[in-house]
Amino acid sequence: MAAIQPRISVEYSKDATVVSFTDEKILEETDMRSVRTAIEAVIEQASSIRLVLDFRHVKFLSSAVLGLLIRISKRIYEQGGQLRLCNIHPGIYEVFKITRLTSVFDICEDVDSAVESLSDGR
Amino acid sequence: MASETPIQATVVLESKPSSLVEPCRQILSALEEKGFTQDDVFAVHLALEEAFLNAVKHGNKMDRSKKVTLEYAIDDEKVEIKMADEGQGFNPQDIPDPRAGDNLYRPEGRGLLLIRAYMHLARYGSNGTSLRMVRYKNKPVPDRSEVGLA
Repeated sequence: MAAIQPRISVEYSKDATVVSFTDEKILEETDMRSVRTAIEAVIEQASSIRLVLDFRHVKFLSSAVLGLLIRISKRIYEQGGQLRLCNIHPGIYEVFKITRLTSVFDICEDVDSAVESLSDGR
Repeated sequence: MASETPIQATVVLESKPSSLVEPCRQILSALEEKGFTQDDVFAVHLALEEAFLNAVKHGNKMDRSKKVTLEYAIDDEKVEIKMADEGQGFNPQDIPDPRAGDNLYRPEGRGLLLIRAYMHLARYGSNGTSLRMVRYKNKPVPDRSEVGLA
């Protein structure tokens, strides 16, 4: 039986919510539903959330994760919130570049700069 | 030192995403055994995931009675993967470019683009139910950001 792991961890910095993925690989077959459920639960806690998604642990993801991020992004902006992605591994950043999602998401270098850009309202 | 004997196998998989876990682990492990780089391993892993999910979801429509046949061969120069589903088939040219216009904001439709971006060869059979992919060892795929879909 597969081990049950926490898929995300949640911290708060200034007025931002920082969600970190805890798995090195996010795969369709085992992880997608639990990741989605966990993040949606965080989003529901605030009507206009300022959310930072921290990818520091993630070394691999598939296009299903990109789809999940787009769904999350739409939901956050519809509710008047803001989203930043940060600490994206170079190999994964390449996936964002190929799909041109670098023009859809606000991608920051690290958590501090992501939180700072939210505070500035940029 | 990498062995000169090719590593090859054919497996028939159920139409559920978790069916890929074990064969994928074997293929990635074989790539490492053959001295492929971590970039190669990432690329093949991504292409495998995307191709299999396309076969299961869009090909076999998650019908558990239909199978996906995965065939692979890994030697000291390249990895070749063939995947066939039991669906209706499709024409890759009918797939819209996920980077164009509003498609950029759609949650789906990026699998084929990524397969083409990370493999040196990705060719569908004439009936659109089979895919042959090749990646050569330690040879970056050129012009990834400009890869076409057709």
